[in-house]
Amino acid sequence: MATLLEKPATFHGGLHLSAEKAQSLTGPLKPALIPRRLYVPLSQNIGEPAEAVVKTGNRVLRGQLIARSLGYISAPVHAPTSGVISDIGDYPVPHPSGLSATCIVIDSDGEDRVADSGLKMENVFQSDPADIRQRVRDAGIVGLGGAGFPTAVKLNPGPDHVVDLLVINGAECEPYISCDEALMCCRPNDIIEGIRIMRHALHAKQVVIGIEDNMPNAIDCLQKELTRLDEKEIRITPVPARYPAGGEKQLIYALTGEEVPSQGLPIDIGVVCHNVGTAAAIARAINNGEPLISRIVTVTGAGIHQPCNLDVRIGTPIASLVEQCGGYTDDAARLLLGGPMMGFALRNDSVPVIKTSNCILAANTKELPDPPPASPCIRCAQCTDVCPASLLPQQLYWYAFARDMEKIQDYNLFDCIECGCCAQVCPSHIPLVQYYRFAKTEIWDMEREREKSDLARRRHEARLERLEREKRALEERRARARKSLDKKPKVGNADAKKSEIAAALARVKAKKTESSDVAPRNTDNLTPEQRVKIDEVEQRRSSSKPDGA
Amino acid sequence: MEFPTRSSPYLPVSNDVSRLMVRVMLALIPGALVLSWFFGWGIIFNLLITTSTALLAEAAVLQLRGKPVRPALLDGSAALTGLLLGLSLPPLAPWWIPVIGALFAIVVAKQLYGGLGYNPFNPAMIGFVVLIISFPLQMTLWSPPTGIGQEGPGFTETLQLVFSGKPPDGETLDSITMATPLDESKTQSGLNLTWDEILSDPRFGHYGGYGWEWVNLAFLLGGLWLWKQRAIQWHIPAGMLGGLFVISLMFYFADADSYGSPLFHLFSGATMIGAFFIATDPVSAATTPRGRLYYGAGIGILVYIIRTWGGYPDGIAFAVLLMNMAAPTIDYYTKPRVFGQREEQDD
Ligand code: SF4
Ligand code: SF4
Repeated sequence: MATLLEKPATFHGGLHLSAEKAQSLTGPLKPALIPRRLYVPLSQNIGEPAEAVVKTGNRVLRGQLIARSLGYISAPVHAPTSGVISDIGDYPVPHPSGLSATCIVIDSDGEDRVADSGLKMENVFQSDPADIRQRVRDAGIVGLGGAGFPTAVKLNPGPDHVVDLLVINGAECEPYISCDEALMCCRPNDIIEGIRIMRHALHAKQVVIGIEDNMPNAIDCLQKELTRLDEKEIRITPVPARYPAGGEKQLIYALTGEEVPSQGLPIDIGVVCHNVGTAAAIARAINNGEPLISRIVTVTGAGIHQPCNLDVRIGTPIASLVEQCGGYTDDAARLLLGGPMMGFALRNDSVPVIKTSNCILAANTKELPDPPPASPCIRCAQCTDVCPASLLPQQLYWYAFARDMEKIQDYNLFDCIECGCCAQVCPSHIPLVQYYRFAKTEIWDMEREREKSDLARRRHEARLERLEREKRALEERRARARKSLDKKPKVGNADAKKSEIAAALARVKAKKTESSDVAPRNTDNLTPEQRVKIDEVEQRRSSSKPDGA
Repeated sequence: MEFPTRSSPYLPVSNDVSRLMVRVMLALIPGALVLSWFFGWGIIFNLLITTSTALLAEAAVLQLRGKPVRPALLDGSAALTGLLLGLSLPPLAPWWIPVIGALFAIVVAKQLYGGLGYNPFNPAMIGFVVLIISFPLQMTLWSPPTGIGQEGPGFTETLQLVFSGKPPDGETLDSITMATPLDESKTQSGLNLTWDEILSDPRFGHYGGYGWEWVNLAFLLGGLWLWKQRAIQWHIPAGMLGGLFVISLMFYFADADSYGSPLFHLFSGATMIGAFFIATDPVSAATTPRGRLYYGAGIGILVYIIRTWGGYPDGIAFAVLLMNMAAPTIDYYTKPRVFGQREEQDD
């Protein structure tokens, strides 16, 4: 049972990072231009990718379903604008691996004509939570905080769980990223409306919005909206601005003083956590009938001429956004998707914005320099002191380095949230998180290998068993056949056998004598003396010969 | 436009091994100054010899091992080992004492184990222990602290003494050296003198021995600055000073005539430099938060035991090395509770 603390607790570890959010918080939220061509990946969420329901050449309207979800943990995809499907095929997508994946390519017709999505709901607060969930699911809403977990699943705690507390995550702790702050300042009404819908769907007893205390404007805007609505059941709690305060587990701890169990979910302690952006998306879907076809993206960094926040249609290539922000500066040398702590580097700007893209960071080498070369770990334990998961990063590193996958799991590798705090403070400049990612994939691969070999082994065993079975069946058949043969000479069976044996013996004997009668070939041309000798030998041999038995 | 890729995090790093070492060296300055103020030029000579020997030895071994020399020298760890050793040696020791100590520290205790980060023992303390075991006589050549009756040798006399091994004309070694308070107190209490009687000697100053109190205060100051700078964490010094304080208090309460006071122990000998600069050597210390506390406490208690009943006047080096041995085990049994794991799941 989770209850709110009077004052936020401080979580262990973490870092004070210089806030660079102001760079992009320059003006009102602007809609980004819709590019001529949009690339909409089928996989934009954790779980199963969606399946295309349109074909090349189809005309689509904005908000029209273009790919349906497959399975429970999956989300459908909608057309971000009206136009023609010009291709369905593999294109580069935002992923650390730099691989391509299936995208639906839409050539915009520039009209942005809207389809009726049928998502709009009247009297939402009187309706069945299952109805709300279905609409949220149909709207293709996934967690906009970064991971992209299908939201409808998180709105369904199941009959065994009571939701004591709904936590709304407005703590955007990564430096540079300000899309949530921009949203809180510009669309507080959407956020609060979305929160109310979620509260109703979850039957949540309490609701709190956690916002980092270095965002007074955001707190102010939301508070004003709450006052305007006379909403007293939703609380705003400022949490210390310390990275990673926006991490789900850290935020819940700061607000409740309770720890989400390792390898567990917030619901295990009666908490459900959603991002402010997700709340706003729900309000837009249910109140305006708008599926998730756009999101707010921070375009920032010293490598961009005019950093700002933009309301971007899903599928817009990053290059187009950069262009709208005045293009790259001459010294732009890095391109990241996400923040500098947990984001990943992009090779180029051809990939599109997807539902989970929160920030495009183009930086020069001064703000994001190349790391100095790594030197040996001096066991200074600074990494231990900053690890918000209370792990021992240097031990994890050591075992990852030694490829001791057994030990590294003993040291709780899978509790690592890859926040990067440890690597950030390491005086030896060891790329610690890289080692953990490597170890995790290694272990997953091992697991997959094991599953595969398990399967192969089971297949092999099944085959052996089948052969065995077939052999047994054959033998049984033979045995039966023999039995039916044996049945005839049933009388005097023993005598028959005896005479049979005697006959066999006689045959053998005959053969033997026969064979000894045959002269060896190499005795053809022999001297008389030799012949005599041989005859003697032969005689002795035949006389000493046993009787064949 | 093509951009380079690598793994997160991407922010510029503010931390650096050499920066860490430089801070430790800076923090040693007040202590080193006070030490040489009281014990003369010999301290400076020692520091010069140990540091240069350490750097040369490090460079030579790295060269032999075919490793890059420059970055290793610049990380400051060899120089720091030299400094710590130099600060522990008696000021009138002949020149080859610091040379042997530094050589042993760098070549055997550090490089033979694989260099920075791989040495299980504190190199400076290995150097010290080798010296005190092999050359016990030379390791007692402390000049009297300035200010009490007898003046120590000056610059030229010290130079002559250190490099030729001969005391200035008309003097003997015995006449220009003096036992340290730790040494003295042990001898005296062995002669059944009570602590009150021992302390009445002006050589004992207020509580830690004349001069030594100031030296320890100066190292304490540097240590606190280091902690404020986040170059060290509080656990090890607190553990060590706490351990030493508690055990000395217990014996002092039980029998104040035979055992030195906690203040005496905290402010004499190498206590403060040990707590803040030697025990905190990260490479050879325990690393978990709770482990560091135990590790420090272990050193504190061992220091007391060795000082009180052991064969050597000051036990810092032995205590540190003994706890170095225990560090991996301590780490193993003090793994912190992982966020979100229950206490019972802990081992
Ligand atoms: S911060 Fe780096 S050098 Fe220090 S213990 Fe951790 S991994 Fe080792
Ligand atoms: S990346 Fe993992 S090990 Fe490093 S500080 Fe974060 S949670 Fe701890």
